[in-house]
Amino acid sequence: MTGEAHQHSGMTNGAAPGLVCLTDDGLAALFAVLREAGCEVIGPTVRDGAIVLAPLTSVDDLPRGWRDRQDAGHYRLAPGTGPARFAHAVPAQGWKRFVHPPEARLWTARRDSDGDLSIEGPEAPPAPRAFLGVRPCDLAALGVLDGVFADPGAAHHDPAYALRRRDALVIAVSCGKPAASCFCAAMGTGPAAGDTGADVALTELVEGDRAVYLARAGSPAGAALLEAVPHTPATDDHHTARRAQADAAAAAQVRALPEAASRILADATEHAHWADVAARCLACGSCTLSCPTCFCATVEDSTSLDGATATRTRRWSSCFTEVFSYIHGGAVREERGARYRQWITHKLSSWHAQFGTSGCVGCGRCITWCPVGIDITAEVAALAADRPIRNRRAPARLRPQHTGPRRRKDDPPA
Amino acid sequence: MDTAPGADLAARLTQTAAAARVPASMTALDPMRPRPFRIERWQRDLSDTFTIDLAPLEGSPLTFRPGQFNMLYIHGAGEVPISISGDPERPERLIHTTRAVGQVTNAMKALRVGDVIGVRGPFGTPWPVEAADGHDVVIVAGGIGLAPLRPLIHAVLARRGRLGNVVLLYGARTPEDILYRKQVSAWRGRFDMTVHVTVDRATGRWSGPVGMVTKLIARGGFDARDTAAYVCGPEIMMRHVAQALLDRGVAAERLFLSMERNMKCAIGFCGHCQWGPDFVCKDGPVFRYDRVATRLAQSEV
Ligand SMILES: Cc1cc2nc3c(=O)[nH]c(=O)nc-3n(C[C@H](O)[C@H](O)[C@H](O)COP(=O)(O)OP(=O)(O)OC[C@H]3O[C@@H](n4cnc5c(N)ncnc54)[C@H](O)[C@@H]3O)c2cc1C
Ligand code: SF4
Ligand code: SF4
Ligand code: FES
Repeated sequence: MTGEAHQHSGMTNGAAPGLVCLTDDGLAALFAVLREAGCEVIGPTVRDGAIVLAPLTSVDDLPRGWRDRQDAGHYRLAPGTGPARFAHAVPAQGWKRFVHPPEARLWTARRDSDGDLSIEGPEAPPAPRAFLGVRPCDLAALGVLDGVFADPGAAHHDPAYALRRRDALVIAVSCGKPAASCFCAAMGTGPAAGDTGADVALTELVEGDRAVYLARAGSPAGAALLEAVPHTPATDDHHTARRAQADAAAAAQVRALPEAASRILADATEHAHWADVAARCLACGSCTLSCPTCFCATVEDSTSLDGATATRTRRWSSCFTEVFSYIHGGAVREERGARYRQWITHKLSSWHAQFGTSGCVGCGRCITWCPVGIDITAEVAALAADRPIRNRRAPARLRPQHTGPRRRKDDPPA
Repeated sequence: MDTAPGADLAARLTQTAAAARVPASMTALDPMRPRPFRIERWQRDLSDTFTIDLAPLEGSPLTFRPGQFNMLYIHGAGEVPISISGDPERPERLIHTTRAVGQVTNAMKALRVGDVIGVRGPFGTPWPVEAADGHDVVIVAGGIGLAPLRPLIHAVLARRGRLGNVVLLYGARTPEDILYRKQVSAWRGRFDMTVHVTVDRATGRWSGPVGMVTKLIARGGFDARDTAAYVCGPEIMMRHVAQALLDRGVAAERLFLSMERNMKCAIGFCGHCQWGPDFVCKDGPVFRYDRVATRLAQSEV
């Protein structure tokens, strides 16, 4: 909650602190302002039977009316007639591909006839962009990636990542209709978009046959954007409806991770359950691919036919592959169970030690996109209930890490 | 304020929440981009092992601490982590000793004086030399593991006056595989240092010890309870050596080892080198034994 307090104290330099209301036309105007300012707008849209993130040409590309059903190993999209453009839960992919691309040229080395080497690169960063419709869990995921690639306190930074983050205006949208796979409430990342991290936080409300958008600026850029579009102050009813939406969305979540997940994993290095997971896991890497925070990458070199030019490319990789841990003499993690253990332990336990936060934001994608329906929350529950073979401890109670939606200081009292 | 309102808005839209956290210093340097260095000297040490001395094409030489490593990029072949094996007091000679085992290291073996390679570094935690002050020192090397320990030996000899006994225990596969042979003889000839070398398999006129390097520990020459120990070699060898040293009474907090893991970045970006909660590239490669003892005993972590 200190983040929120900080956010408010930073709101004095010309940013409008209050909650304002945009009509559907107001959202279109916001889109137009972004486009006129030269921003490419990226957001959710329907493609090949799923809601994906892609460049949008207008608000009409948003998935108006569409509802998604997500559960372990299950994703289904259903058209609807409602006016809501954000009635879905998390899109099929997260935003990591736009800040940490699946494939990126790191540099190109040229060897001249004297054998000298000159090295150029990387690719120029993209033009300014706006990320529209960032779900609260995905907003948290961007913060998690910042910890990996752009932590001001770290010795090294990824300049390409930092530029992509710097030049993206983030418009978060609270979730009103979480999927069965979602557990952001337990992770404290949603379902309501907090102020921290986003330039604008939106809540979509349906009023009869129209949608309205409650908006709050979280940065000078967000304030400038809201100032540039027609808006009215939010009413008391708006505040109440917004809070009710957040409460209902949190209450609707059926999955959770226990507060003790980090310790459960740290104590479970040697546990009979890993063999059980290994019998189901295909080691396909769908979870790491769909996870908005998995950052692992490998590098590949390609050389021109004459051998003079070599290009080094970074590509996403996954701890589920055997070559991931290969050193001369063999892979460190040959067993599938050891690879699943690495994944879940990194997400829920090591991440705290490495970056001071959980590596999981509760988006549920790894649950939805696992072809055999392996469920991170169920695996933790099983590990906790079976008790580790070493370091026996009482099983942790399954309870959310944060209960109820987060309140803001300037929300009117209930 | 005579700027056009549109231009003003576009400028204000760049003041994102993220921009406030991205200072210019964060985007100035690209840690994934190597610097070109020229091979000044190429020397074969063993049938599969060679040493190269590097000098930067431009700019200042790399300063480093014992135990740190560089990422060496061989044009068209790839990039591998290799420890710096020279004297930290003489950084103008950037020295790496490499054993050719696969694609990149074999390509490196085929290079010659004058060829240019890419260097990124130095990376990783150093051997804590100061931890030995006032104590005896035991350095245990297995095979190519002597290369990452050589800068430490230089540093130890440079502060020899502050140390008790200094013992080097080295295990090689055969007598033909003894690395830095001349230097090892020179160290052996010093009055202020004890050197024992063992081989897995005796050949030719070898009359020295045969067997695991752990056996040399029993020869003593150091006060185990008052010793700082530094170990580098294959992981299985380090496990056995650590256990033998602990059994003799060496304190786990004064026992250090250097780990090897797959590395694609060396700066915590690629995830490949993870070992429990640590990134071997930046939290290691040198670890204090007591901090990693549990996972050292666990398989496939
Ligand atoms: C900190 C550190 C210090 C080191 N210091 C030294 C030293 O001083 N001297 C020394 O000789 N060695 C040292 N090593 C070991 C050295 O880095 C390895 O021997 C070297 O990386 C082997 O590379 P290679 O390409 O020649 O071998 P290979 O066995 O061909 O390949 C090893 C590398 O290639 C990748 N790879 C192999 N097959 C595949 C595949 N099918 N798909 C994708 N990737 C693949 C692996 O991921 C791995 O990164 C050190 C290692 C570390 C971590
Ligand atoms: S581990 Fe699963 S639920 Fe957690 S952030 Fe990754 S994909 Fe989402
Ligand atoms: S879980 Fe695996 S792929 Fe994901 S960040 Fe961790 S090591 Fe990388
Ligand atoms: S080598 Fe890439 S994270 Fe350590």
